[in-house]
Amino acid sequence: MTDTLDPRLGWSRWRRSWWYHAATYAHTWRGSVASTIFFPIFYLAALGVGVGHLVTQHTGLVQGQTYLHFIAPSLLATTAMQLGEGESLWPVLAAIKWIRNYHAAAATPLEPEDIYLGKLTWVATRSLGTGVVYTIVIACFGALQSWWSLTLPLIAVLITLAFSAPLIAYAATVQSDGSFMTIYRFAFVPMFLFSATFYPLTAYPGYLRPVVQLVPLYHGVALARAAAFGRGAWGAVLCHLAFLIAMAVVGVIVGRRTLRRRLVD
Amino acid sequence: MLLRALPRFGSRRSLHVFERNFMVYRSQWIMLVSGFFEPLFYLLSIGIGLNHLVGPLPVNGRLVSYAAFVAPGMLATSAMNGAVIDSIFNTFFRLKISHAYEAVLSTPLDVADVALGEVWWALTRATAYAASFIICMVLLGDAGSSWVVLCWPAAILTSLTFSCLGLAACTYLRSWQDFDTVALVQLPLFLFSATFFPISLYPHWLGALVAFSPLYQSAALLRGLSLGQFEWIMLMRVAYLVALAIAGITLAARRFQRILAP
Amino acid sequence: MASDYVLEAHDLVKRFGEFSAVKGVSFSIERGESFGFLGPNGAGKTSTMRMISAVSQPSSGTLSIFSLDPRTQGPEIRGRLGVVPQEDTLELELSVRHNLEMFGRYFDLPRKVLRERATELLEFAQLSERANDKVENLSGGMKRRLTIARALINRPELLILDEPTTGLDPQARHLLWERLYRLKREGVTQIITTHYMDEAEQLCDRLVVMDHGTIVAHGAPRELIVQHSTREVVELRFGTDSHEDRHLQLAPYAQRVEVLPDRVLLYVNEGDDTLRQLHAIGVVPTSALVRRSSLEDVFLRLTGRTLVD
Ligand SMILES: Nc1ncnc2c1ncn2[C@@H]1O[C@H](COP(=O)(O)OP(=O)(O)O)[C@@H](O)[C@H]1O
Ligand SMILES: [Mg+2]
Repeated sequence: MTDTLDPRLGWSRWRRSWWYHAATYAHTWRGSVASTIFFPIFYLAALGVGVGHLVTQHTGLVQGQTYLHFIAPSLLATTAMQLGEGESLWPVLAAIKWIRNYHAAAATPLEPEDIYLGKLTWVATRSLGTGVVYTIVIACFGALQSWWSLTLPLIAVLITLAFSAPLIAYAATVQSDGSFMTIYRFAFVPMFLFSATFYPLTAYPGYLRPVVQLVPLYHGVALARAAAFGRGAWGAVLCHLAFLIAMAVVGVIVGRRTLRRRLVD
Repeated sequence: MLLRALPRFGSRRSLHVFERNFMVYRSQWIMLVSGFFEPLFYLLSIGIGLNHLVGPLPVNGRLVSYAAFVAPGMLATSAMNGAVIDSIFNTFFRLKISHAYEAVLSTPLDVADVALGEVWWALTRATAYAASFIICMVLLGDAGSSWVVLCWPAAILTSLTFSCLGLAACTYLRSWQDFDTVALVQLPLFLFSATFFPISLYPHWLGALVAFSPLYQSAALLRGLSLGQFEWIMLMRVAYLVALAIAGITLAARRFQRILAP
Repeated sequence: MASDYVLEAHDLVKRFGEFSAVKGVSFSIERGESFGFLGPNGAGKTSTMRMISAVSQPSSGTLSIFSLDPRTQGPEIRGRLGVVPQEDTLELELSVRHNLEMFGRYFDLPRKVLRERATELLEFAQLSERANDKVENLSGGMKRRLTIARALINRPELLILDEPTTGLDPQARHLLWERLYRLKREGVTQIITTHYMDEAEQLCDRLVVMDHGTIVAHGAPRELIVQHSTREVVELRFGTDSHEDRHLQLAPYAQRVEVLPDRVLLYVNEGDDTLRQLHAIGVVPTSALVRRSSLEDVFLRLTGRTLVD
């Protein structure tokens, strides 16, 4: 069964769609592979080692960790978010509207749902790769303290899915990329900065803390930290997991519909 | 090329390219306005948390808060990022995707007008952005002295330098994928140009290397001005930025000529 | 030598590195005429157009446009030209109307004048209803009409059109032709490149045939046909037989025989007579067509190749 495709085999179609996205990526992998490897090193060197040196001199440990160890997991979480965001807005609209290769794909036995899931699993695959690289880099900087840190790549995948699924769903509904920049600047930049990423939640004034806890990335950061240090209350961890999984699931439910509406109806 | 370009600094024709950009951005004003907020978010975030974690730093014998140390670096960075968006991203689109510049060249305008018009535009945008950033710095208490007003022209110079370099760089890009490479240059510049920690933290040889970064020169210049600490070396920094700007625009004009009117 | 010529080119050469795209072409264009460049892809038409629109510099040769020198007086020349490039170069980020108005600003025209002209030109291009749409959302034909309207914003004396109808459907093509007639009646000199021979015959008073960077013939379309071809052409197709074998058999009945992969062309003066003679000797083609000679035949004669493969 190489050339013909039984339309009933949903799994097979989904797999095709994954391959399709992977093949598209194969043309362009060079630049992004370099960034996958170098960006974590850059961030950890500058913020973890550089700023970390200053923090150690003045404050000492942060939540019982050196500053380098403290921010390493949150950099993994923010990178996972940025991957989901970067892959799901402009590239999806381009594939729908400018290059129109999703329309071409929809003219084959692939259903819009297959395209959606194929895209999502492909983004998740990339996130897994990035997560593995990141975890290795973090380990080289000596910031892993528990066997639980082996789950960091999976946490990266979950974070990516939590952002990617709803964003693809949204990108499938818009006519132009006008709103993307606004989303980026007013949602993702603040999220990157205000998710207790670079300093503990306790640094915020008391009345702001509940607000920060509603930010999706906060849960990703907290989860990654719990895994890296092997510390964290089960209740809190489950809460973070539930939050992220809920985002991904809602995204998938909506996204399958919006992409179908855009491509077929 | 520069000698040929210089007399055109008075040319009214290049102003029409400015006008064109203005017309395009009128329909994208949200993007323009939202650009004001990004550096503000950074300043706020650092003010809330890192400021306390890092504590005051000595700069030339004076102890300043971490936020006041970082703010000039952020100002320089925002000048660089704005130039990257306008002079690399948007210019690339018009040069290689929509070919809008080719149409412009069939009017009385020529290649030098196009390149200069883009620079005018970048400078105007930079003037507004830098002013708003400096106001935020003052309001958040991150300005070290009232000399901070001098950061305004210095930040505009920074934008000019990066815009000229960006115009030259964008002519070498072949497709959107090459923007990965742009990010690969931009991020280390941002992180390692002594924006987040003093250059004295580097081993000596590495510090000497960092000194070549235009972002470092700009950040150091802005920091000195913000704190009101004047030194002769600041003139060197200005000269370095001006030299890079001239090199960039000269190369850009030549490359534009080769691409648009071979 | 003050003259009625709008444009005079002598021995123009355009080299890209080692490669010569245009290898010494000379021509003069009179005020008010429609002048064509006919040739296949890669003949050097666009390279020639870019030189005569005072954008790219000739590698050698002399060129004068409105008796001005494009090397030193480019802006003055371009201010009086209208150019329709081969590929649309519209501002995708602007609306239809703003495309016209902004383009006019490059010519230093006042905004008030531009608003009026834009309204007029939108009417001319039948785009009034789409005035406020983004260019992105227009069809190919609409974009082409807008590009032509845009080239008229400065009321040019000389309009240069590089393959104005390539990629358009027949209806859109005819609409464009009609617009170009109207402009010609208003006295606008036109230079048109095309690889459609019917378009060249329809639109051009005079034309040159280009191939491999040189001019292989020039004259009025009818003149060229009379000079290089016969009055009529008989096109024969023979089912599955190899057409090559027919050459010897048919040669005595025509002034010239061209064997193409899918058909055989007989150049004759009375096509119906020839068909009758062939019938008499028992030649039975699967299809036979008699038509008048066209520029396509001239091109085939001069270069041994068809225009559009
Ligand atoms: N900028 C350029 N650099 C190198 N070669 C070019 C360039 N522009 C055109 N050519 C070459 O010159 C030849 C003529 O091209 P062109 O003038 O576009 O022909 P036409 O318009 O008749 O199709 C082609 O072989 C083309 O590849
Ligand atoms: Mg051409």
